[in-house]
Amino acid sequence: MQEFDVLVIGAGLAGMRAALSAHRKGARVALMSKVHPVRSHSNAAQGGINAALTDRGDRWEDHAYDTVKGSDWLGDQDAIEAMCKEAGQELITLEHMGVIFNRDEEGRLGTRAFGGQRRARTFFVADITGQAILHVMFEQIMKAGITRYEEWFCTDLAVVDGRCVGCVAMDIRTGRLTFIPARTVVLATGGLGRVFEPSTNALICTGDGMALAYRAGVPLMDMEMVQYHPTTLKGSGVLITEGARGEGAYLLNKNGERFMAKYAPNMMELASRDVVSRAEMTEILEGRGVDGCVLLDCRHLGEKKIKERLSQIYEIGLDFAGVDITKEPIPIRPGMHYQMGGIKTDIWGRCWDPQGRWQGVEGLFAAGECACVSVHGGNRLGANSLLDTVVFGRRAGETASEWAQAHPLPAFNEAHWLRRNEERIRNLLAREDNGDSVARIRWEMGTTMDQFMGVFREQEGMEQALHTLRRLKERYQRVSIRDKGRTFNTALVFALELDYMLECAEAIVRSGLERRESRGAHYRRDYPHRDDANWLKHILLYRQGDQEPPKVTYLPVVITQWPPEKRVY
Amino acid sequence: MRLTVKVRRYNPEAPKPQPYWQEYAVEVEPAATVLDALIRIREEIDESLALRCSCRSAICGSCAMRINGHAGLACKTKASVVAGSTGVITVEPMGNLPVIKDLVVDLAPHWGKVQAVEPWLQPTGPEPQGEYLASNEAMLHLAGVMNCIMCGACVSDCTVLEVDPNFLGPAALAKAYRFVADPRDGVARERLSKYSAYGGIWDCTRCFECVQVCPKGVAPMERIMALRERAIAMGYKDTYGARHTLAFEELVEHSGRLDELRLPLKTFGYTNLPKLISLLPIAVRTLPKQKVPSPFHKPIPEVRKFQATFRKARQVSENERQPTATQAKQG
Repeated sequence: MQEFDVLVIGAGLAGMRAALSAHRKGARVALMSKVHPVRSHSNAAQGGINAALTDRGDRWEDHAYDTVKGSDWLGDQDAIEAMCKEAGQELITLEHMGVIFNRDEEGRLGTRAFGGQRRARTFFVADITGQAILHVMFEQIMKAGITRYEEWFCTDLAVVDGRCVGCVAMDIRTGRLTFIPARTVVLATGGLGRVFEPSTNALICTGDGMALAYRAGVPLMDMEMVQYHPTTLKGSGVLITEGARGEGAYLLNKNGERFMAKYAPNMMELASRDVVSRAEMTEILEGRGVDGCVLLDCRHLGEKKIKERLSQIYEIGLDFAGVDITKEPIPIRPGMHYQMGGIKTDIWGRCWDPQGRWQGVEGLFAAGECACVSVHGGNRLGANSLLDTVVFGRRAGETASEWAQAHPLPAFNEAHWLRRNEERIRNLLAREDNGDSVARIRWEMGTTMDQFMGVFREQEGMEQALHTLRRLKERYQRVSIRDKGRTFNTALVFALELDYMLECAEAIVRSGLERRESRGAHYRRDYPHRDDANWLKHILLYRQGDQEPPKVTYLPVVITQWPPEKRVY
Repeated sequence: MRLTVKVRRYNPEAPKPQPYWQEYAVEVEPAATVLDALIRIREEIDESLALRCSCRSAICGSCAMRINGHAGLACKTKASVVAGSTGVITVEPMGNLPVIKDLVVDLAPHWGKVQAVEPWLQPTGPEPQGEYLASNEAMLHLAGVMNCIMCGACVSDCTVLEVDPNFLGPAALAKAYRFVADPRDGVARERLSKYSAYGGIWDCTRCFECVQVCPKGVAPMERIMALRERAIAMGYKDTYGARHTLAFEELVEHSGRLDELRLPLKTFGYTNLPKLISLLPIAVRTLPKQKVPSPFHKPIPEVRKFQATFRKARQVSENERQPTATQAKQG
């Protein structure tokens, strides 16, 4: 197999942006994904992308402050500064690539309001922003002629003496394993939403990259920080964009009250997501919900605005809830949406620290939702995720390209890695049916996580979740796959994914037990207050082995110009 | 709700690979989609059933398949609606594409065609410092096409692709339109020239299937028709398709109804003997059915009034085309 300078795993926005920037730097690039690039979950980002444009009278410092406050001061301020400073240029680059974006009266890029921010700086394409950017990014990949491995599933990262040298991957179509040698690997595999049930996330969001990096020796950081989005459909967990509230929709309880007045009198429905989700759950738990939900009311926006700016939501209402949002309020509830934590990286996407303050793997990079830089800290602002993917995707791609030039591959034994993975898959396929199934284990994992690691948490519940996960991991060791073929064996892929998900789930619970305070999305009934004296720091987990608990270390939060304040919306 | 789902299956690893039907009885919630039913089958009855799916909300485009004979997204199709009173749903892989396994098809032929229309913005002139200026109206018009999620439903049910795999197909051409109509793109002329060739915009037979099956309201056929109009407006008239259109227009304007005898003569040219001779068998076949057009073509009564209306209609449609055609200014 040909050697690449940069192998990008995952072809959503972060992955394609990384591939493109590495290609433009002259690197030999390959882009690999377990789905076709345009099927990636970046599609689902509906509302928009944040940028403070100076020629609109906005300041990147204001965007950064809103992000810091949104993160409940857990975001690293050097990373947040980098993201907010580069946002404008990145936005213009997207526009020049061909993204269409809604315009204002003068034909310039138009904005809408989004949660947790004091001014409207969210640029958008109706409510298909992610899709509109993703498809354009793929156009650029086609134009560049970058080598693509579509529907290839990574089973292992090859690490030799602390250096990543490529990966083993399975072509899903044939079931054949191949070793792909690469001087650098960029993980851009997205989130882990399916670890929870329900979740707004697509079925492909199974935390692959996080588990791969964790097993390869990179720490996972702040894994307890799991965002519950305030507006998801009951049951399926399908997402209703924050753009709806950005355009002015109300949240009502069963008495028809705009209850956010009690919880966030200034920002109301547009407070940070963790704040709104907690408010909704409180209303529901205190008996002011409607059938386990609260109501999102768009009626006063008028049919024209709804159909022009929230057309997809209008369709989703009809298709998935049977509700015409122009005529009646739609029942919604908080649902698992985003993982703020992830693979520890520095602001250049590196999964190792040249200064040695934390241990990692050289030659390995990460960007997008699978990574934790950290710009989102304890809570991500709406429309900062698309920005995160393009800014840090570009940074990772460029840095990887440069690093690859200076670091040729050492000698190593490919066959060893191939054999190890062949064996693993052969064993999985050879197991005898014991009545258990991958789907059942996944379901129990997901509902356990939703029950104990949701909007409200406490010691006892988290310990129970940990106990359940240990049991599920044991069951996983014996579960069988009933499809024994190699061609497009989706049952095999699900089994491999479940392995990754269980790894991520345990990391979330371990990290949650560790943080004995309430901050951002991590709200503990037994420690209901933020505790800066003890917990203004990141939690890093290092994997030790299948049976042992991970090693826990801490890193201080980087504070540049915004010392912690009380967080009021 | 109890369903019987009949799935068209295919396992390439079978000793003698042959497509076959398999029936599954499955219980689902009343609000379930076809995808919910298939996932339940896969998780609880038969793990070997292969299909692609991911987002469950009609945005990723993975789960396009034929449901009761027509292409659509399984995640956007309510089971109760397609099951009707019998409770039976048939599910097959998409058409016009090779099947890999069960409901999974190979979309490579389709993506090759997408690549062939050069679907990336090609601005000419210096890049502006900031964004390109463009009207919101023009951008919203494009958003209608950007709604395309490349699921392949239109490709599956395209009646032209069924007989001519060389056709670029509705999805690729709709995507092509997105660039021709983008005020920031600078090579509309070159694009239209390219798309006018064999396999391009003139090969669509306007059967409306793609408009009907598109789950995102992209209406690919209408985009193809818009490309035709622009191609003619830019002077790409020397294709049989364009000449057919122009001849049609001219003949109708002249007499108020179509002169079917002169239409092929004008389309192919009076001196294009090989082509005209090739039409003779068709002419012969029309004889016994008494479909031979009369050589004495007469205009309709009050043809002058009709011609005035015709010209007015043309003017209106030309005016309507204006807004998106304005070039983007640099901002």
